[in-house]
Amino acid sequence: MAVDNVRYRIGKSKGFRALTFVFAIACMVPLTAILFFIIRAGITRINWHFLVNIPRPVGEKGGGIANALVGSVIIIALASVIAIPIGILAGIYLSENRTGRLAYWCRLAVDILQGIPSIVIGIIAYFWLVKPLGGFSALSGSAALAIMMLPVIVRSTEETLKMLPPSLKEAAFALGMPFHRVVLKVILPVGISGILSGIMLSIARITGETAPLLFTAFGNPYLTADITAPMQSLPLLIFNYATSPYNDWHDLAWGASMILLLWVLFLNIFTKLISAKWKVQL
Amino acid sequence: MPTSLPAPAISTPAVRDTVNIRRRIRRAFRQIRTETVFKQALVISGLLLVILVLGILLTLITQSVPSIRLLGFRFIWGSTWNPVKDVYGAFPFLLGTLLTSFLALLISIPFSMAIAIFLGDYYPTGWFASLLKNAVELIAAVPSVIYGFWGLAVLVPMVRGLEVRLGMQQPLGVGIFSASLILSIMIIPYAASLGRSMIQMVPGHLKEAAYGLGATRWEMIRHVVLPYTRSGLFAGILLSLGRALGETMAVTMIIGNSSILPKNLFAPGNTMASVIANEFTEADKTVYLSALIELGLALFLVTVVINIIGKKIIDRLTND
Amino acid sequence: MVSLGMLSLLSCSDRAHQLIGAGSSFDNPLFSKMFYSYFQSRGMKVNYQSIGSGGGISQLINRTIDFGASDVPMNREQDSLSPAKVLHVPITVSAVVLSYNLPELKDTLCLSPQVLAGLFLGKITHWNDTAIARLNPGITLPDIPVVIAHRSDGSGTTHIFTSYLSRVSGEWDDKVGRGSSINWPAGLGGKGNEGVAGLIRQTHGAIGYIELAFAMQNKMAFGKIRNRAGRFITPGIASISEAADIKMPADGKATLADTDAPGGYPISSFSWVILYKEQDYRRHPKEKADNLLRLVDWMIHDGQRYSSELYYAPLSPAAVRAGEAILGSATFDGNPILTHHN
Repeated sequence: MAVDNVRYRIGKSKGFRALTFVFAIACMVPLTAILFFIIRAGITRINWHFLVNIPRPVGEKGGGIANALVGSVIIIALASVIAIPIGILAGIYLSENRTGRLAYWCRLAVDILQGIPSIVIGIIAYFWLVKPLGGFSALSGSAALAIMMLPVIVRSTEETLKMLPPSLKEAAFALGMPFHRVVLKVILPVGISGILSGIMLSIARITGETAPLLFTAFGNPYLTADITAPMQSLPLLIFNYATSPYNDWHDLAWGASMILLLWVLFLNIFTKLISAKWKVQL
Repeated sequence: MPTSLPAPAISTPAVRDTVNIRRRIRRAFRQIRTETVFKQALVISGLLLVILVLGILLTLITQSVPSIRLLGFRFIWGSTWNPVKDVYGAFPFLLGTLLTSFLALLISIPFSMAIAIFLGDYYPTGWFASLLKNAVELIAAVPSVIYGFWGLAVLVPMVRGLEVRLGMQQPLGVGIFSASLILSIMIIPYAASLGRSMIQMVPGHLKEAAYGLGATRWEMIRHVVLPYTRSGLFAGILLSLGRALGETMAVTMIIGNSSILPKNLFAPGNTMASVIANEFTEADKTVYLSALIELGLALFLVTVVINIIGKKIIDRLTND
Repeated sequence: MVSLGMLSLLSCSDRAHQLIGAGSSFDNPLFSKMFYSYFQSRGMKVNYQSIGSGGGISQLINRTIDFGASDVPMNREQDSLSPAKVLHVPITVSAVVLSYNLPELKDTLCLSPQVLAGLFLGKITHWNDTAIARLNPGITLPDIPVVIAHRSDGSGTTHIFTSYLSRVSGEWDDKVGRGSSINWPAGLGGKGNEGVAGLIRQTHGAIGYIELAFAMQNKMAFGKIRNRAGRFITPGIASISEAADIKMPADGKATLADTDAPGGYPISSFSWVILYKEQDYRRHPKEKADNLLRLVDWMIHDGQRYSSELYYAPLSPAAVRAGEAILGSATFDGNPILTHHN
């Protein structure tokens, strides 16, 4: 009888493993379908001119996405510079203070922030930064995107640090290390994998966001690096082209989407290389 | 803080000791100062987040005032949204938002949990794991517009075929069900990624203890890993729900955009976020604009309520 | 091509040398062609984003842009919210066509204003209804339900179409009214022209309203509408131009809906560029005002040559003259800006 039970349990375990496998693989199906959808139309458009030229009106050959590429890089870099330090610090604060009034409200604030639709954040950024300053700018767009990055970074940092065994921290304190050293030199490096995952996810999220940039960065058909002026970004360009009446422009939109996805992929690979160099486990 | 005195001219062991002690005292004070500054920085960043959300709430409220004054509570219960006659009732949109988000969450949970367990426990390393991990993150990076277009081109005809098979009178293909489907795909990465990190960090000795007691893999996962990571997994699920509540572009292309109360899951509907996105730039009256911002405020409050309930559940899970 | 990129990089820091505009998405393809050509000939950069007619108006009121473009003139409330008087310069003419998905029809569908109102009010539910059949004697209409496709997002196109319906149907005016965003009695919403077109293409028996340029670009079937003179008119550059060939009011805000021109298409409308009459305001120096006026002046004269190839109707001579007069009234600190026309 005991033998039967063991075989049943092992069978259940194997069954669960198969089920997990099936469900996990199933997630790849829509992704491959979407990639296929984009690549089929977009691959014909990608060439050197596509990457270094600025857009041309309909009917003219040789238009490209250079302004959107540069613009996206600048806007996202700026947003990251704003969001990552604050996000990580807040995450550390929350993991150090499980209880406490401020921690409770802060945690609630983070969860609420995650649920605010991107368009509302764009509207807020408009009322705070664009209207008072009298003009659209890449800076206001980055601010809106930074607000969207915060919840994911804070949450990942907090949950990762919470999972670390307390013995690590206690050992460091026992050796007489001051608090900031303990956090920066012991806790953070061990938890860097989870934190980096959170950062990567938040960057991936904002790379494809259109709505917050509509009333902040506004868009610009020309190449510019001036962050106090309107700037184009890839998702804005994709949105404009994809919803236009011209099949020509639709193909440009799919080509740009391919570039966008490739970019996120490269960012991921880059992160892996960096963490391999630092010899941390990812 | 002790001021620095000039270094003594003669260097003897006794002199060196005092110099070292002074250095150490200076360093200790410096470290305490840095420590205090660092702790203050932590508190400030926590405070910053709260102030940010309060600021958003304040801006939303002040901009909604004209509409609140005109409509009062009719805004929440009314089922008619008529910008021409200035009648604004948000109930169909509220229903649409809640229906699509929760349905999407329900559909996505098995998949995101499967990925989390698969990558966290079964295959944490290896080329296949990296491939799957990148694929999942890529799902989050695809712009919503692309999801909308792909949904229209591929998903909607499939759902239309399903509706025909089910014998529905008007097989439209667009509707709440299709929107929930596309949403469920889009929100997978959030629960999956956080869940994977959590599961990967379960200490090895706990797992080995379970094996030592004769547990199968499944039993170990069920009785050790899952309870240990319960709060983190739920936090990830809340992140996914948050994303679903706020998603605009893809939903608005697939939900059918009808302001009439949906009769069943396959009927067209509308969500608060997509109404705001659709009508914000064209709102040509002050009351209209403030009604839309009041819709944003309503969405904000819905998120608050759901999160408070979620946190209570997490607390319950963590304390057990 | 590369040199063009280099040129734009070099002059990108010169912000006074750039003009910012926003508004109607209908005008976007035409404007992109116009501004590209203007940059090549005059070296002036114009940044135009299609955020919608209402967006163009509200951004101009907020003074975050230099000029706006709208398919709908400013209403009374917007006028009162605006810090100063706004000029409306007619820039091109658009038309709204009714596109449908009935591949079994061998001939173009003919529709009357009353039938249109009946369809969109949800009162005519099947295609073989007698009201439709009476207008199309030679065609056999199928017995399938009518699916209405309308815009889910606020849009100048909706405004044009619903204004027309309000004019020709008292019942529509009573029950629904006109606006960029209305409470549709029936049908499904699609986002943008693309959304409506997608709905039409995918649903057998669907009918919806889209812009002419869009329908022509995508080779969609659209119907003939009976105008006030009783003729069934096919929308096209000729019939729109005929509807737009009217005596222009001094402020440029003319309505073309339900035109009484014998060969004119009844659902046409002007599209306007809007700017402030008094160009001396904060962050708007004289150089910018000069550049702006010169740009709009060019748009109503030389810029019109790009219209037809993109399926826009060029301005009639009367409209151009009215535009010149309106532009001539723009001042900087009280002094008129334009001294000559190009």
